[in-house]
Amino acid sequence: MATLPPFQELLDEHGRDVLGFLVASVGPSDAEDLFQETLIAALRSYPGLTHARNLRSWLLTIAHNKAIDHHRAGSRRPLPSGSAEEVGGHRGEVDTGIEAASERGLWRIVGVLPAKQRSAVLLRFAGDMSYARIGELLDSSADAARRNVHEGLKKLRGELA
Amino acid sequence: MSTTTDEVIRRALRDAGGTVDFERAKRAFSARAEDEGLVEVAYASVDSPFGEMLVAATDRGVVKLALPSHAGSELKPDLVLTELAAAVSPRVLEAPSRLDPVRRELDAYFDGELKRFDLPVDWRLAKGFTDKVLHQVARIPYGRTLSYGEVAAKAGNPRAFRAAGTACGANPVPLIVPCHRVVQASGAPGNYGGGPEMKRALLELEGSLPAQLR
Repeated sequence: MATLPPFQELLDEHGRDVLGFLVASVGPSDAEDLFQETLIAALRSYPGLTHARNLRSWLLTIAHNKAIDHHRAGSRRPLPSGSAEEVGGHRGEVDTGIEAASERGLWRIVGVLPAKQRSAVLLRFAGDMSYARIGELLDSSADAARRNVHEGLKKLRGELA
Repeated sequence: MSTTTDEVIRRALRDAGGTVDFERAKRAFSARAEDEGLVEVAYASVDSPFGEMLVAATDRGVVKLALPSHAGSELKPDLVLTELAAAVSPRVLEAPSRLDPVRRELDAYFDGELKRFDLPVDWRLAKGFTDKVLHQVARIPYGRTLSYGEVAAKAGNPRAFRAAGTACGANPVPLIVPCHRVVQASGAPGNYGGGPEMKRALLELEGSLPAQLR
């Protein structure tokens, strides 16, 4: 049996990044729910983990899967694909305070990327994951993951210029 | 890959987290974890006249009480929690409200108002002879003391007074299991996990410090 750190330690050390990852993936209004779902799922399976390596990447993998499920679940919530209206999504429901803050937030630029590129960029930068691991998560190869990150970054540089 | 872009993206992700109140999200998660029965070890920091303590409980009862720092030893919450994760379950979360009853009884005890704790104890961290000794210690009433030898005898081995001392030192839930009521044969307080000063003060509070030591 692996010696696992107290779950609270994971929450304190990586919770903020999981939340950031989810905000960038689905927007602030849904991120909080998904944050809870991610951590509840993690806590549920935590004692069964066979090793304590890379717990941060483990959490972000769960967050990634929750974000994918979330996107799939709602035909009302199309995957943000680049248009200003879709990025950040469903404006009507968004609390105005959060909306104002998110307008200023740089994270929105990540939302202009196509889904795979955005996931690849987020996993790479929020998750510090290897291309091989990202490839696995995105059902493609390490090379494809590298290309997705590369293309994503190129586009972001354009947005930032 | 340009470093500037890397930096901007990292910053963007930090900003992203900032659009949602992280502390609130954390609290909401912890509350839900409690509701779903997923918190196997709930812990909280509890104040005392001797300094901050750490208390942890399972569904069976109080499993650990870590005494305040003193000259001889420092309370290291990280170590305590790591030990609990390994010995009980890694599902360890801070859950102050679940420890409210413990906090209330401890407060009342330190105020001299509570003479008998009415809190279930989870004994699983006490093994073997320690467990035997501590079950005897748990029966020593407020205001009374026993010597290490007497406790050893009650635990079934009159000559094991040193082992009784070791068992008291290994008490996972001091105060509630009152190992401060086990003293030297001379009546002197002896050692204590919270330091000799604390033991002396507790005995004084309970009115059981011998007159010549007051």
